[in-house]
Amino acid sequence: MFSIEHITHLIDAWLYGNLPPTLALLIECLIVGLAAITLFAVLGLVLVLMERKVSAHMQIRLGPNRVGPGGMFQTVADTLKLAMKEGLTPDGADKFLFNLAPYLVIVVSMMILAPVAFAKGVQLWDLNIGVLYVTAISSLSVIGILMAGWASNNKYSLLGAMRSGAQIVSYELSAGMSLISIVVLTGSLRISDIIASQQNGWWLFKGHIPAVISFAIFIIAVTAETNRAPFDLAEAESELTAGFHTEYSGMKFALFFLAEYVNIFIVCAIAATLFLGGWMPLHIGNWAGFNHVMDYIPSSIWFVGKVFSLIFLIMWFRWTFPRLRIDQLLRLEWKYLLPISMLNLLLMTLIAINGWHF
Amino acid sequence: MIEELATTDAGEMVVNVGPQHPSTHGVLHLVITLRGETIRKVEPHLGYIHRSIEKMCESLSYRQFIYVTSRMDYLSSHINNHACALCVEKGLQVELPARAKVIRVLMDELTRLASHQLWWGAMAMDVGALTPFFHAFREREAINDIMEETCGARLTMNYMVPGGVMADLHPNFQKRVKDFIHLFRSKIDEYDELVTGNVIFRSRMEGVGRLSAADAISYGCTGPTARGSGVRCDIRKLAPYEIYDQLQFEEPLETGGDCFARYLVRMREMRQSLSIIEQLIDNIPQGDFQAKTKAVLKLPKGEFYSRVETARGEFGVYIISEGGMTPYRIKFRSPGFSNLSALDHMARGYKIGDLVAIMGTLDLVIPDIDR
Amino acid sequence: MTKEELKSALEGLIPVEGGAVSGAAADGDSPKGAAADGAAVFEEGAEWLTMKIASGDWSTYARLLRHTPGLSFDYLFCVTGVDWRTHFTMVYHLTSTVHRQVLVVKARLDHDHPVIDTVSDIWRTAEFHEREVYDLMGVIFTGHPDLRRLFMTDDWKGWPLRKDYEDPINMIKL
Repeated sequence: MFSIEHITHLIDAWLYGNLPPTLALLIECLIVGLAAITLFAVLGLVLVLMERKVSAHMQIRLGPNRVGPGGMFQTVADTLKLAMKEGLTPDGADKFLFNLAPYLVIVVSMMILAPVAFAKGVQLWDLNIGVLYVTAISSLSVIGILMAGWASNNKYSLLGAMRSGAQIVSYELSAGMSLISIVVLTGSLRISDIIASQQNGWWLFKGHIPAVISFAIFIIAVTAETNRAPFDLAEAESELTAGFHTEYSGMKFALFFLAEYVNIFIVCAIAATLFLGGWMPLHIGNWAGFNHVMDYIPSSIWFVGKVFSLIFLIMWFRWTFPRLRIDQLLRLEWKYLLPISMLNLLLMTLIAINGWHF
Repeated sequence: MIEELATTDAGEMVVNVGPQHPSTHGVLHLVITLRGETIRKVEPHLGYIHRSIEKMCESLSYRQFIYVTSRMDYLSSHINNHACALCVEKGLQVELPARAKVIRVLMDELTRLASHQLWWGAMAMDVGALTPFFHAFREREAINDIMEETCGARLTMNYMVPGGVMADLHPNFQKRVKDFIHLFRSKIDEYDELVTGNVIFRSRMEGVGRLSAADAISYGCTGPTARGSGVRCDIRKLAPYEIYDQLQFEEPLETGGDCFARYLVRMREMRQSLSIIEQLIDNIPQGDFQAKTKAVLKLPKGEFYSRVETARGEFGVYIISEGGMTPYRIKFRSPGFSNLSALDHMARGYKIGDLVAIMGTLDLVIPDIDR
Repeated sequence: MTKEELKSALEGLIPVEGGAVSGAAADGDSPKGAAADGAAVFEEGAEWLTMKIASGDWSTYARLLRHTPGLSFDYLFCVTGVDWRTHFTMVYHLTSTVHRQVLVVKARLDHDHPVIDTVSDIWRTAEFHEREVYDLMGVIFTGHPDLRRLFMTDDWKGWPLRKDYEDPINMIKL
């Protein structure tokens, strides 16, 4: 079957065949970096357009439909506009931290891209602690948000940043617990191992009810972690105007905006990898015929399909639910999600030890 | 000035909410004192769109001043005009033709519906649900179209004149109103499904911004704000004007006193308004839509006060006449002003998010407060 | 409760001067506008029962009106200041949520020193309404907890709703 894997292997072989190994590695790094940045830009454009279209259709509107066919280039136009706007730095702001914050946030989301497997054999860095790496790095983004809120010298920003800090630190726990429950099943932190372990079915189906519970908790927790409605308290436009990025404008604002959407993509990619088999086609046990038919669909399509379904789910949340209040948000985490996910982890361990999973 | 204060001596943070803020629905300026996220004090600073309408009206004739009041509570502009027309009629002692009365009541109830629809969407948006806003505006558009056809305007209708209404109903009016009733009967159930039953919405609303009945009375709250606390205050029932005493409708009362009670009152009021319109739409009497009045109106020396129920509560017009062509002194008692004064009392001890929810259920219209 | 019942109930409560002045005429330039000390005067011809009192008695009477069982005027729905050029009149519209009767209370104030007691401790709504009257009319309410400008900026000069107020820049003359 056609796969991007062939292309990457071809480039790899050609580079190492014709150039000294150091130079070949250097060029590969360059290509990967460029690819990551391009992916970033494309993701931002596509996801923003998708959000606008999804929200429009949920709100009985049409959404952008003037720039390009079906409004396809609307986000390009918006980006150009943002790029041309003045990036204001408020007078009383801590200029260094203020300007650093958006870059920190974007760098963090770029770093989490590393272990994501986009298709069969297409992965930037298949490190042996992939899942741990993701949880560790994603916690860093809160520093960027706190930095932005503190440095802005604006009370709304400060309140938003404090909310965001409390929220991300809390929900990290549930998200981590959910991830661990899958790690318990696979026995490996390596992303490629986790995907390979779903050769005969996705963990969502193989792991009985505990897997479904941890999937649900993971989706809730990452919605909170990415500051999306109904957990968008850090921005909460009706309460804190724009929360931690109130004072940002122009390209620096665009970076926050981009980071939000890339973060959604990444968490959905992680969810898809751990619970829905990543690029692994839908396989059911030993139904060889069915599995073979499924293999005809390219792995990249599987991956993108799964990720975008999850993104759609998260967008659906946003345009349906009202926002929670900060104390309700924390109560939900500490009183409900965390105990449930702890218990769930215990159950999952029991299942893994006794081999009750499929 | 307090605006320049960053923190109080007790280490509490002072935050300016507004005058440009997404949830103050206009140019309301609140100076809130926070301890963490908990509100210690809310101090409204008013006047950003104060036009001194009372002063302006002192130099306008009795025909003219009615239309300035459309600019106060622009969402119930028709009902505001109605109050002014009633007050002038009280002075002139004009008896209205039956048709004019029915048209006025019909228009009042349509206005009330449109206002509550907008409130519903805006309040859902305040608590973070953005979609209901568009659903509410879809139905409100139908009312606006009906208004446009008959009155010629969509927001500030200016349809009232002393002695009746300015023009007769458009021939399509009855059909379009019936279509609207049919449409909205199903949509209001949809509203309930989308927002009322939502778990997050309920948890944001229930037990928030409690206002006891005694406080509601003491703060002079009227309309759904007071009825949510169980205070009977519907002027349509207590001091019926036009033909409200002949109509079958109930005054929705809730005893919770919290945001959810106020929410429920308004939702039930929408159904009541629908039923009033249904009772009247097939029974519009024939005849004149306006009583004969002089071209230049002069009120006798004396004082005249009229009260009506707008979408926000009791609206009063107090005219002191010296017998001339213009009022000597005119006072508008606006519902939003009194309701706002209870905000500090209601919001203390709650969170910032609750403040927004409370303001949403108070349904503040800033020009109504500032006048 | 009808007007007459209310009137007789009030007569038992508050010292009332015998002769009622007729109509709103008493309010204008007529010197009879002010009641004698401690006595209230009923005004005829209006829609609701109107009682004219001396400004010094207001807080005592307000407390009586609010707390007397059978009257319990618990709801102050309108506070108006009127500039009659020679004097000010404060008009209070009171009603009861129990008995539903309406009473209009008028107090005459001196033009040079318009001072009256606050009733914001009896009816909380008065706090805002009195601030509004202070802001636009310049009537001083003694005992008011927070008597500041409400609509106008803090450094505004003059009282816009007074009849002699002239603002050459912002005034709208029609």
